[in-house]
Amino acid sequence: MQAIDFVAPTSVDEAISALAAGSGMARPLSGGTDLIAQLQEGRLALDTVVDLKRIPELMAISINSDGLTLGASVSCHSINNNQAIRDAYPALIDSTHLIGGTQIQGRASLGGNLCNSSPAADSIPNLIAHSVTCHIAGPNGRRTVPVEEFCTAPGRNVLENGEFLVALEFPAPPANFGAAYLRFIPRNEMDIAVVGAGASVVLSDDGGTIQSARVSIGAVAPTPLFVQEAGDALAGQPVSEETLAKAADLARDAARPISDMRGTIPQRKHLSGVLTQRALRIAIDRARGTKTVDELGRLNGHG
Amino acid sequence: MASTKQNGTANLAANGQNGYRVIGTRPVRPDGVDKVTGRAVYAADVQMTGLLHGHVLRSPHAHARIRSIDTSKAEALPGVRAVVTAADLPVAEDKIEDLGEGAINLKYLSDNILAHEKALYHGHAVAGVAAINPHIAEEAAALIEVDYEPLPPVMTVDDALADDAPILLETLRTDSMGEIGSEQTNLASFFRHQRGDLEAGFTDADLVVDRTFRTETVHQGYIEPHAATALYSADGQITIWTSTQGSFAVRDQVCEILQIPVSRLKVVPTEIGGGFGGKINVYVEPVAVLLSQKAGHEPVKIVMSRADVLAATGPTSGSNIRVKIGVDSNGKISAALAELYYEAGAYPGSPVGAAANVSLAPYAIDNLQVDGYDIIVNRPRSAAYRAPGGTNVAFAVESVVDELAEKLGMDPAEFRILNGARENDRRPDGVQYARIGQIETVEAIKESEHYQSPLEGNYRGRGIASGYWNNWGGQSSATAVLNPDGTVNLNEASTDIGGTRASIAMQLAEAMDIDYEQVKARVVDTDTVSYNDVTGGSRTTFATGLAAYNLGQQLKKEMKRRLAEHWDVEPSGVSYEDGVFSAGGESLPFVEAADLVQEEEPLMASSTVHPQDFGPGFSTQCVDVEVDPETGKITILRYTIAQDVGKAIHPSYVEGQMQGGVAQGIGWAINEEYIYDDEGHLLNASLLDYRMPTALDLPMIETIMVEVPHPAHPYGVRGVGEVNIVPPAGAVANAVYQATGVRMDKLPISPANLLEAMWAKQAEGAAELVPGDD
Repeated sequence: MQAIDFVAPTSVDEAISALAAGSGMARPLSGGTDLIAQLQEGRLALDTVVDLKRIPELMAISINSDGLTLGASVSCHSINNNQAIRDAYPALIDSTHLIGGTQIQGRASLGGNLCNSSPAADSIPNLIAHSVTCHIAGPNGRRTVPVEEFCTAPGRNVLENGEFLVALEFPAPPANFGAAYLRFIPRNEMDIAVVGAGASVVLSDDGGTIQSARVSIGAVAPTPLFVQEAGDALAGQPVSEETLAKAADLARDAARPISDMRGTIPQRKHLSGVLTQRALRIAIDRARGTKTVDELGRLNGHG
Repeated sequence: MASTKQNGTANLAANGQNGYRVIGTRPVRPDGVDKVTGRAVYAADVQMTGLLHGHVLRSPHAHARIRSIDTSKAEALPGVRAVVTAADLPVAEDKIEDLGEGAINLKYLSDNILAHEKALYHGHAVAGVAAINPHIAEEAAALIEVDYEPLPPVMTVDDALADDAPILLETLRTDSMGEIGSEQTNLASFFRHQRGDLEAGFTDADLVVDRTFRTETVHQGYIEPHAATALYSADGQITIWTSTQGSFAVRDQVCEILQIPVSRLKVVPTEIGGGFGGKINVYVEPVAVLLSQKAGHEPVKIVMSRADVLAATGPTSGSNIRVKIGVDSNGKISAALAELYYEAGAYPGSPVGAAANVSLAPYAIDNLQVDGYDIIVNRPRSAAYRAPGGTNVAFAVESVVDELAEKLGMDPAEFRILNGARENDRRPDGVQYARIGQIETVEAIKESEHYQSPLEGNYRGRGIASGYWNNWGGQSSATAVLNPDGTVNLNEASTDIGGTRASIAMQLAEAMDIDYEQVKARVVDTDTVSYNDVTGGSRTTFATGLAAYNLGQQLKKEMKRRLAEHWDVEPSGVSYEDGVFSAGGESLPFVEAADLVQEEEPLMASSTVHPQDFGPGFSTQCVDVEVDPETGKITILRYTIAQDVGKAIHPSYVEGQMQGGVAQGIGWAINEEYIYDDEGHLLNASLLDYRMPTALDLPMIETIMVEVPHPAHPYGVRGVGEVNIVPPAGAVANAVYQATGVRMDKLPISPANLLEAMWAKQAEGAAELVPGDD
């Protein structure tokens, strides 16, 4: 690993200048759990690293009746320990508990997971299920992008040179909202998703009908997929295994995976359906208030 | 839950060895404090003035001719002190040497350190650099220009034996039971063990099961990567500090490769973070020596990365195995055939020979044939891995045995008892057993609460399997110094991987009838004691323990002689009981005697041993699994291992060995495998994607220590380190069959492989998947 410059700005504007000064060889750093590993393994060559963690806006958690605004560099550990987030967005914890072990969670951020733009990222299908909006800053000012449009290819996203992610904005959960993220890994820890599935539902007041739903699957395409047709197929349908199976079929059809060392095409197609159906079941249970986040945490192997 | 079954303790009592003071207790480990406080010095912790850092450049190709290597740019980089390639190694010729772990061709050994004409696997070392820091060394290595001519890779048994297979080693000829072939080949050797009348045995059979299996390359997965520091002093004396299972094995290999006399090389073993057979071969040690010499006699340290360890150090063989077994109407085995095709990696020397011994060892069989094939492929040179070769073949044999028992409608434990090997039966290669404990391990499982308990629920299944390992004696040397305060310094050269400092010291303490705390055991360098074989073959507690026993006898005898002089009686008149010497009304406790007998002359003892009569080990294991029918993922619900341990010297360490072997075996069974692309590039050289089990993947592994004392050891010790890894893959496969109705014919039984097999079974139009409680 080569020597690199380290800059730690304290405002968004300073960070924009610092990135611009790096002439294309600068990268923002949050937790560094991907970036530093890539540097050490020689997969990335940089001359400047711009640490964003001293910028208050990137480390802020703001939660109120309008929703949640999460600074892009907030650590998973801070999210896990925030009772207001656990109460309002219990499904988010499915991802923040899965990313790394406890020590890694002290560093790793959802913003970093999104900007690393791995097709197998454990947070992105979940963010898509939660209808998150990405707030971006750069030399040409600020802009927003729906999270499902953020990733463009493996390791690539809509960020232009000099731009960085500032915050993730979650809408306030409507009444009878529930969501879930599940991934399949061969072991019970320390693994990359073979397939991941995020799902959210809004149920009728009696809990018997799905008013709207969002489904997203990971590790089955060059980017995490927003399977809009699966959500559309669920809208207005009664809650039943048959309904969920239809959505699962649509997710399976939408998946266009490759075979690699972590999974095969048939396995991944199949798991897209299985995990979509399982995630929807949990989302419905949560919407009905029949399962707590901590119970679901255990389901995911994280007590 | 742990338990011990005593068998044959009457023998021990008859030998006057019952009623132990130290053996069978569980004292704290001597290395414990240093390890939990981080003080223990592992190989990468070695520091010294002027230390340079080495880096090894490795082949990006699985199979390529090396046309030329240009190191000029690397040498010109500021901070670089030396660059070496195979040209710096002495010319190696085809020469067979036995370096304590079987015969090795010196040319191959040298080629594996730095590739000469050809790179034979992805990760094969090509050049080494020493620089003032590791970053410069790495950067310089990238500046070395190697002109490769890529050749088609040969990755499997089938590739290697194909008619038009590319040839890896141009001078290799098949050694077929001593007869050397004339053609170029990738088949290094072939052998056959046979007895009885195989054809008649199969003709007599009422039922024959004939299956083929495939297992993948797996790595030992020790947590500490290889690391070595070498200092080539200006006076020609060389010192190597390294993490190894055998300091003398390192000395002998390095001396052969570099063509220097053993007197010029001292090897200092550091603490070791696991080996499992993989830290016997040298890798970076000779490179560090060459770099130290070339860099102006400065010390050079090379620490392998995890990726280098997985890509370039000893995995064990993938294999193709055929097993055919016939039984008569009573369920007795009438004939058995095993064909073992083992991938040796880039140079000959797979563990197929040991695998043949293991193959049918738990069973008494009159008519058998075992064929072994040692085959080279473009993968790293295979190294020993805990009961080398055993897990592969036991997976195959135990799967077939399970199918036979099922088709006979017999309890699989009953089948193993009916056909089990006993004293005077013979191993596949003809070796006759002394007193062994195979039947006892099956009975221990059969009677266990685990096996007796019901297993309920869909997609759950229970499987059992047995396994054998021959163990080893080997050569050991040790000295003991009696201190005037009644303590004893025990100097031995067996690397302590599994708690052997304690288990050897305990035998010395027992022999001298003193407390364990009075013995201070330490592992010394190659200049301090005589030759000592590697910690391997489950031999250390047995053989080095025997040396320690001898030391105790010698010290006691000499103390008696000196006390007899002091008391003016015949030496035979001095008795020693319960830690007190006495004669003719005089008596002296050990501690005071230790001072008294050394008033005129110090006292020490030395012992060298080479026991030939080592006792083999058997194990039978039981596992409950649950399979997720939608994902193919296996959960290990419960696991019990019964193992014949001879006599457990330190039961906690013995249980740890049993649990450790099972943990590794489960990993092998369900997830571990080397994954290559079509060009022979290793894709999963990280512990993220080379999936060993984590703590969350395993239940508590329950142990039943079956003690059938080994008659040729004063305390009945048998090796306990290896046989435990032999049965797990077979046991898991048999449990998966009970859970799903699918007989897996390959390892690993990963979710992807199991899902595919379940789909194939459904597609066959076979019956619905069998729920586990059926």
